[in-house]
Amino acid sequence: MITYILKRLAIAVPTLLLLVIISFLLMHAAPGGPFTQERQLPPAVLANLNAKYGLDEPLWRQLVSYVWGIVAHFDFGPSFIYKDRTVNEIIAQGFPVTLTYGTVSFVVAVVLGVALGVSAAIWHNSWLDYLAVGISIGAQVLPNFVMAPLLLLTFTWWLGWLPGGGWEGGDWRYMVMPVIALSTSFMASIARLTRASMLEVLTSNHIRTARAKGLPESQVILKHALKPALLPVLSYLGPTFVLMITGSVVVDFYFSTGGIGKSFVDSALNRDYAVMLGITILVGALTIFFNLVVDILYAWIDPKIRY
Amino acid sequence: MTNLFDRGMHMPINKLLLTTALSLGLALPTLAANVAPGDTLADNQDYTYWLLDAIKSMDPQINTDVEGSGVLRSLFEGLYDEDQEGALVPGVALNHDLSDDKTVYTFHLRDNAKWSNGDPVTAQDFVYAWKRLADPATASEYAWYIELMQVKNAAAVIAGEVPVDDLGVKAVDDHTFEVTIDAPLPYFPKMLTHASTFPVNQKVIEANGDKWTEAGTLVGNGAYILKEHVLGEKVVMEPNPNYWDNEHTIIQTVTALTINDQNAALTRYLAGELDRVEIPAGQYPRLKAEYPDQAVSVPQSCSYIYMFNLDEAKGPEALKDVRVRKALSYAIDRDIIVDKILQGGQWPSYNWTHHSTEGFQLPDIDYSHWTQAERDAKALELMKEAGYGPDKPLDLTLNYNTSESHKKIAIAVQQFWKKIGVNLTLNNMEWKVHTDKMQNQDFDIARYAWCGDYNEASTYLDLFTSYSGHNNGKFFSPDYDKLMKDSKTAEDPNPMYTAAEQILADQMPMAPIYQYTKVEMIKPDMRGMSLNNLMQNWYIKDMYRVAN
Repeated sequence: MITYILKRLAIAVPTLLLLVIISFLLMHAAPGGPFTQERQLPPAVLANLNAKYGLDEPLWRQLVSYVWGIVAHFDFGPSFIYKDRTVNEIIAQGFPVTLTYGTVSFVVAVVLGVALGVSAAIWHNSWLDYLAVGISIGAQVLPNFVMAPLLLLTFTWWLGWLPGGGWEGGDWRYMVMPVIALSTSFMASIARLTRASMLEVLTSNHIRTARAKGLPESQVILKHALKPALLPVLSYLGPTFVLMITGSVVVDFYFSTGGIGKSFVDSALNRDYAVMLGITILVGALTIFFNLVVDILYAWIDPKIRY
Repeated sequence: MTNLFDRGMHMPINKLLLTTALSLGLALPTLAANVAPGDTLADNQDYTYWLLDAIKSMDPQINTDVEGSGVLRSLFEGLYDEDQEGALVPGVALNHDLSDDKTVYTFHLRDNAKWSNGDPVTAQDFVYAWKRLADPATASEYAWYIELMQVKNAAAVIAGEVPVDDLGVKAVDDHTFEVTIDAPLPYFPKMLTHASTFPVNQKVIEANGDKWTEAGTLVGNGAYILKEHVLGEKVVMEPNPNYWDNEHTIIQTVTALTINDQNAALTRYLAGELDRVEIPAGQYPRLKAEYPDQAVSVPQSCSYIYMFNLDEAKGPEALKDVRVRKALSYAIDRDIIVDKILQGGQWPSYNWTHHSTEGFQLPDIDYSHWTQAERDAKALELMKEAGYGPDKPLDLTLNYNTSESHKKIAIAVQQFWKKIGVNLTLNNMEWKVHTDKMQNQDFDIARYAWCGDYNEASTYLDLFTSYSGHNNGKFFSPDYDKLMKDSKTAEDPNPMYTAAEQILADQMPMAPIYQYTKVEMIKPDMRGMSLNNLMQNWYIKDMYRVAN
């Protein structure tokens, strides 16, 4: 097991490096640069800017010094657009926000989704099942960019219960709408996955055996059915968790949460190279890490899996 | 001596009120300089306004955008400010002298101006800031502005050809700031309200480096100090007790909230969270009907056009024919665009300079008073003369950047041009790609907009000179260049501006479409919002709330 983990971590480094190189090249291949603007800068001004940010160097050297900055000083460079700030600062401000509402949304989505899915499977083809499936399909077809303005209209304008946006250091009232907007469609997917997998498990032999030896239904479900039923859900949860904690541009956009989801999209549109690469590396590293976590959890849940 | 800058003239009533209040021993917190007679101040003097995006920098010489300038006007103060109508009023400078050859400005600074840390604001601070703006080491994107101001040696300093100290600025003494410019520039004083010319505190910058703009560290000389800045969330400001005119500041807490979605911002305004927001395109008529005392539409100095590519090598052959360019411009029904698409009181445009620009007189542009049917008929005729018709349609491409209203206008224009036998392909692209293609002349026709830097027609007209760095359509006219060059030294440049516009109308290097208005919702108890200032340069120190 330990060897397996070490091996996976060793592969992570070249993977990340490759990610950086490809992103870097793609970014520079896109037309325009950070200082391309409607009012074209005079050549002398542009030259000064390029010199200040090292953009006058050959591409390979920019790449090398960028990677070296990270390896040697954990310095992800300056933002070309938010010039008072470094990439480290932008991530340090935005990521905790994203991590907070992402984790809360994740927990909400998993708890509600699994509960909904399990109930639907147990009371298969009952009104509860139809209701659960109805809710999850409804939630899935309602994208968050539709839901966000609807939430805003309902809770802020009409009912006046919640502030319309901001973060205020993570005050719960500012978190309610972002969490609903972000968790709903994931909850729906988790519910449907859980339901399908639970239905399959419930008809399997070991459940029939458990029932035959006279175990109460609650024990059958919780002890014998839930664990194997969650296996396919688990493989969905790894990437989902990363997706949720690395931010939602829609949530940041509508609720001004100040997370990195919007910074990521903006940095690509603004050609803010260093910010874009910094967040790419963060997302890449988290993805690699949580995929590993999921694989380890797999072995724990399913004794048949050995590494 | 230019002595039209007596701010005292604007406020005798309030000074009187203040003295009366003080002598009666009333515990009135403050009384604004410009409170209109009859207005009673509300108890709540907090103001919350909307920002479309995060503030990119709080450094006057680094900032590049309009929203940032708004915050900077509160945190810093330049030589001059603007009043409610956009006229210059004293800022740090009380007035100035101009040398006989009109190239040396001597500004007399007030002796009671202070930084928020209590240090006096001196001429040296302006010298430092202006050199900093031009210094290649600063790498300011707005360095071109000091070049535009024609400050002596600015271009050479920016290019690194001469040392920064050769810039034509000098502190004669603590309260006398002298600027030498290359050639007479009639609108030079008007350019001084721009944020990039604001003074900065050398001591604080040198002690803190790039971090000097953080809340708590930032030292400014404006009416407000920076209390909090959370990137992408909010900016909070409070009155600066060291500001020379702080006794007249009324608004006590200023909050600027970043809301990236215009509709979300409007919802939050309606829920009472904001005092001022912009109205999303198309919603003005409904809001005006529902909230007549809150929805406003006022001119804003920006102009929207379709630029034709006249580049020798890369421009399409057809557009080199002035008849085609004219036909294309004639066939656009601006009234439909303005009344049916934008619906915010925008101005249908047949010329380039915003019509409300101070002193500017429109030439008599023939097609502006034709009916659309007449324009269409003339357009068809011109197309036929140029050799195009039903059997020989003209294929052109229009580039525009992603935006709902750009798209709607483009679709409308595609329909208008179909009538005169033009097959227009619409080419929607991301902002940077659009800009990049435009600046490399990789386009047939491109959407473009320009906003004035100062309230004078040259801010628009300079763009179409052959030596302008922004002339992306590559229109060249020696007559036009000559007019614009001569205008710089003319006693009254406005007739030359009118003549230049006439050349644009005759040569049609672009199709004018509309001129901007600022369409906003403003809480009815807000006053001092500078709505009649064409540049939309408001100052929060002029604002106050009235009790209803």
